[in-house]
Amino acid sequence: MKTTFFALSLFAAACSSAAFAQSEDLGEPLGEGGTVETTGVEASGEQAEEGGLTFTVTDESDWADIGVAIPAFATDRDQPTPANASGTEALGREVARVITANLRNNGLFKPVGPDSLPQPSFGQITAPSWGSWSGRGAEMLVHGYVRARDDNRLVVGCYLYDVALQDELVREGWVVPPADWRRAAHKCSDLIYARLTGENPFFDSRIAYIAETGPKDKRVKRLAVMDSDGANHRFLTLGSATALTPRYSPDYSKIMYLSYVDGNPRIYVYDIGSGQQQLVTENSNPTLAPRWSPDGRHILFSMAVAGNTDIYRVPVTGGQVTRLTDTPGIDIGGSYSPDGSRIVFESDRSGSQQCYVMNADGSNQRRITFFGGRCATPEWSPRGDQIAFTRIAGDFNVSVMSPNGRNLRVLTNGWQDEAPTWAPNGRIIQFFRTERNTGRSGLWQVDLTGRNERRLPTPVDASDPAWGPIRP
Amino acid sequence: MNSIPQTPLRTAILVAASATTLAACSKEPPEELPPPPAPVEAPAETTAQPSGPVVGSQQHFENAVGSSTTIYFDTDRFNIDSSDAAALQEQAQYFAQFPQLTFTIEGHADERGTREYNLALGERRANAAKNYLVSLGVGTDRIRTISYGKERPVALASNEAAWAQNRRAASVIIN
Repeated sequence: MKTTFFALSLFAAACSSAAFAQSEDLGEPLGEGGTVETTGVEASGEQAEEGGLTFTVTDESDWADIGVAIPAFATDRDQPTPANASGTEALGREVARVITANLRNNGLFKPVGPDSLPQPSFGQITAPSWGSWSGRGAEMLVHGYVRARDDNRLVVGCYLYDVALQDELVREGWVVPPADWRRAAHKCSDLIYARLTGENPFFDSRIAYIAETGPKDKRVKRLAVMDSDGANHRFLTLGSATALTPRYSPDYSKIMYLSYVDGNPRIYVYDIGSGQQQLVTENSNPTLAPRWSPDGRHILFSMAVAGNTDIYRVPVTGGQVTRLTDTPGIDIGGSYSPDGSRIVFESDRSGSQQCYVMNADGSNQRRITFFGGRCATPEWSPRGDQIAFTRIAGDFNVSVMSPNGRNLRVLTNGWQDEAPTWAPNGRIIQFFRTERNTGRSGLWQVDLTGRNERRLPTPVDASDPAWGPIRP
Repeated sequence: MNSIPQTPLRTAILVAASATTLAACSKEPPEELPPPPAPVEAPAETTAQPSGPVVGSQQHFENAVGSSTTIYFDTDRFNIDSSDAAALQEQAQYFAQFPQLTFTIEGHADERGTREYNLALGERRANAAKNYLVSLGVGTDRIRTISYGKERPVALASNEAAWAQNRRAASVIIN
């Protein structure tokens, strides 16, 4: 049986005064967004050949360690730019450093950065000096340039060469405002990653998470966002109210999260451009565990009514709320398959937390996890082929399984590794790890092999990471 | 309720004040001994006035029911066991004695559950306590519930003893 009622005033007109924002625990809005303009770049002789490379990796076995040389990007002439106090030549070196760090941090490549390589001239960007690169043990060579236009915007060109073939594999260019220079570096990283792995990229993306400070019994938890490499960090809430469990909308225009700002745990939809927020549903009950549908048109949330938590769905535009589960147990979470047809969620209707799959309309609910331990916080991969979850078997470990519940693989072995979410390409999983006793927590990433694990640096302790999609 | 015990005190103060005023206005020495001082009763009343926590404060509630302000749960459970029932009966008696009070039951979980599930679990625990109090005659509109999940532990270690203290539903007086 499905119960329906109406959400009141979802996305109703919001008060815009700063004082009102303060009372909502909100900081200054980011007011950002937009697409990066792609531009043509000069050809270097022949057009790049079509198709993948022979070493394209599509399985989950060990990735090849591909050596990639990334010397400083050149500039046609060193000009002042708001993006770097020392001008475009220094900026070109910074761009190469960002790309090097991106490629180093996922364990697939052996990048060598600009600080230990000779710097090519502007003219060599499209005509590499092969002789000076073939002896360095790098299979791949990245060249690029940075040019400041009269309107202050930056043109960044990015070229990937195969050193042995002495051939260009791919090239692309972007026009960005000076403040977005790192996005050009991420776009170049994405170009290289996609071409060398055959996978979808993920570097030009953002992460929402909860920044944590203070002692274990008085923890301050603030909504924060940053680029995928930790840069451009911003706090979005002030910390007077506990914030938890953020999720970026698929178009980056909004973040849903839980806040205690009115004294109760409730989900708000925060508009990134305006810095204003609305309750997901006007209701006196606690609302928990917000999730977007893949097309961004629906919101899944959980609501406790008289202590019983069930999963509900509401259109982003407001209107009719549909109840999807109705068992006496706790039904919570919920993550759509990429095609939006099914939902994986957790329920303790069997007596302990286990993972279940249902159709998007709530029909055909069936348990999928039967291995030892409990299954919590399931998240469907954007590729559709895996479900990541928190496996509770004494400790908490990030694990993956097939959507039918088979092929369990435990990827991490921390004391408490919790709440996995996926990189946009479905190849890397992000989660938070909590230390025993101190309660301190940090963000970690692990790839699907479980072998490449690293901590993502954050200015303060951190939890509940949620990756947004690749940016336009 | 507060006004009732204060009535004799106010009367006594009024009488005393009147006597003082009369005495102050009287320029001449009294021909008779002053009447037995009415204020004699007043200091007794003043000292009888509670100097400790007042009704409506959390401290007053704690002084009355002791550790029974909080009940504890087993891992992943939300049932009311016999010791919980005894504590809630003490609470119910207190709230019957002071029917003007409203209060919040805060539901909590230990750190050995995932964050979202624990928010739901804390809500379920708070509601279990609420339902039991309602069954004992406490009006449902006097009780608010809120879950903090695992976000507000009282015992900070990561061991069984600490977790047992954190799996709780705590009644808190709203002022």
